[in-house]
Amino acid sequence: MVNLTIDGKKISVEEGTTILQAAEKLDIKIPTLCYHPLLEPYAACRICVVEIDSGRGPELVTSCNTSVRNNMEVKTKSERALNARKLNLEMLMARAPAAEPIKELAKELGIESTRFEVKDPTEKCILCGLCVRTCENVVGANAISFIDRGMNRVVSPPFGEPSEACIGCTACAFFCPTEAITVEDLHGRKVIHDELNLGPSTAIRVPIRQAVPMVPFIDEEACIHFKTGECRLCEKACEKEAINHAAEDEEMEIEVGSIILASGFKSFDPKRIPAYGYGRFDNVITALEFERLVNASGPTGGKILLSNGEEPKAVGIVHCVGSRDANYNEYCSRVCCMYSLKFAHLIKEKTSADIYDFYIDMRCFGKGYEEFYHRLLHEGTKFIRGRVSEVTDIALTEHEENKLIIRVEDTLLNTVRRIPVDMVVLATGLEPGLDQNEIAKIFNISCSQDTFFLERHPKLAPVSTFSDGIFLAGTCQAPRDIPDTVAQAGAAASEALALADKGTFQLEPITAEIDEELCAGCQICVGLCPFTAITYNKEKGISEINDALCKGCGTCVSACPCGASQQKHFRDAQIFAEIEGIFIE
Amino acid sequence: MSNESFEPKLVGFLCNWCSYTGADLAGTARMTYAPNLRIIRVMCSGRVDPQFILKAFKEGADGVLISGCHPGDCHYQEGNYKALRRHRLLSKMLEQLGIEKERFRLEWVSAAEGAKFQQVCNSFTEEIRKLGPLNLNGGKHEQ
Repeated sequence: MVNLTIDGKKISVEEGTTILQAAEKLDIKIPTLCYHPLLEPYAACRICVVEIDSGRGPELVTSCNTSVRNNMEVKTKSERALNARKLNLEMLMARAPAAEPIKELAKELGIESTRFEVKDPTEKCILCGLCVRTCENVVGANAISFIDRGMNRVVSPPFGEPSEACIGCTACAFFCPTEAITVEDLHGRKVIHDELNLGPSTAIRVPIRQAVPMVPFIDEEACIHFKTGECRLCEKACEKEAINHAAEDEEMEIEVGSIILASGFKSFDPKRIPAYGYGRFDNVITALEFERLVNASGPTGGKILLSNGEEPKAVGIVHCVGSRDANYNEYCSRVCCMYSLKFAHLIKEKTSADIYDFYIDMRCFGKGYEEFYHRLLHEGTKFIRGRVSEVTDIALTEHEENKLIIRVEDTLLNTVRRIPVDMVVLATGLEPGLDQNEIAKIFNISCSQDTFFLERHPKLAPVSTFSDGIFLAGTCQAPRDIPDTVAQAGAAASEALALADKGTFQLEPITAEIDEELCAGCQICVGLCPFTAITYNKEKGISEINDALCKGCGTCVSACPCGASQQKHFRDAQIFAEIEGIFIE
Repeated sequence: MSNESFEPKLVGFLCNWCSYTGADLAGTARMTYAPNLRIIRVMCSGRVDPQFILKAFKEGADGVLISGCHPGDCHYQEGNYKALRRHRLLSKMLEQLGIEKERFRLEWVSAAEGAKFQQVCNSFTEEIRKLGPLNLNGGKHEQ
């Protein structure tokens, strides 16, 4: 341990600690610009300068990269240190007069203007090199560096061109102390809709606010470490040492009594309908993207804006995208009408835009839904009955210029209409999950024709499947809205509990049994049984069936050469009698 | 007897989980199909003993259908594969007995395929109608 005094206060710290860190422990604030606790100190800005005396007489050092020594006396606010700091700041003011943190520091230190020549009043970069070090040491991309020398020194990618080495992680902008690097500068990316696709800007996040369990995860697509193998700053920052980049997905075996499948749905990809222009036109967005846009914690803070940042003057909402369409999905996705009406209501509430709702049939089936539709009719949403044929940007008249034109057959007016709007929201339907068939195979359950899971009976056993102990909840069985899903999930949960609560399990009544008298002990059945329910009893010289394992498929029965194995309710004699019976005229 | 007025007698062994439910679906969906198939429910197509087929032909069937779950979909994991093996073997034997192999069919019909069941019924009936009645020497067919 090293003992020293800072501004008259005694402290004992570990060897290798810097003066800045020691001062922090005493709550003594030393101003910094180019220092970041997660990066190696570099002492470029020289704002953290302090006066020390370690037996060799007073001297000025930068506190961020000077280690403590025994009996060192540090003065952070001595006249000499303050004067040096002020002079350094004046030079930085001349270099980067537009940088906010420098202006603030100047105010703090009582400096009004700089004595040195200001070259560029809009400059923000103080050439501290934090971004260069970040890119080199943390990211490992080496995309930016110092270019030129002396007065002409700048931070830039090679030759001032966009660098191929840049992975677009924006870490440089994140660490820049004076906001000299902005993300727009790097990407030139558009304001809103790209953000929708980019999602939240951090690689570590919780999936959604209502996520259960509420645990953050690392997005491997966005995480710098998985691109360059470097960084791992989060590991340093996490005091609990909870982050492990080397962790891999692992398979676990858990024994359970019953299983509820709630594997959900996949949103219809509107790119499959090229005529709607999704992906070609920035302002054609899907329902989920609109949800994100209108969300108070979304990229626009809940404002409904076009990709250029302006408020739309007219919005079209297209129902049944990918649903009720022989070319895509024949079924009705059930939820789109109501969420489209909700969108129309939100747009009305938040903007003064004209709203056009293109529907085939308005399916307002639930409690209070029809009333909501009527409320919207009175709010002035324009409802047009007909399937939209095309969204285009080819203007035929002056008022269609710079608009998206929705071509639709108005089946109530019996005419084809062209309606210019600024934004098109596609009410995308619900489709079975991508791995639906795989899941069905794992759990040995069936899918209906549209690949949603098949229930045991649509009315009498709507949450059960053909496999005992496996229940269904939510959109993996069919498209349904939240109230219906919650109700069904409750039913599935109680079915699962009922099974567990009883403590006993009803065995399959239709099992196979072996007549000891007839069995010759040939063991053909032993190899056939898919459930390993049959074992050979050497002592008795016969095969025996375990009733708890037997599922009653009868494969062994049809293979038994002696007729010793018989299936209850489906005995050979019974089926022979049945065959005879069906030919009686 | 002309083939047009000949109504074949067909026996179908349908597995409880897929094909029988599929047939049920065809019914509840009010699909119309040839009424010639007489259905016997078994728990699994793997339960169909070759003797059942022979018995059915002996009793006067003009064609026999086994229908089970699609490969990989068996409720009992692999019963339909066993049905497939037995079908192949028995088909060979039936030919040796003088029964055309077209009279013994194996089909996969899932619980969701009411329409496929309808199509299978119709096509099987048509095929057997074309083949005409089964004539086994000394069998009940000669009456």
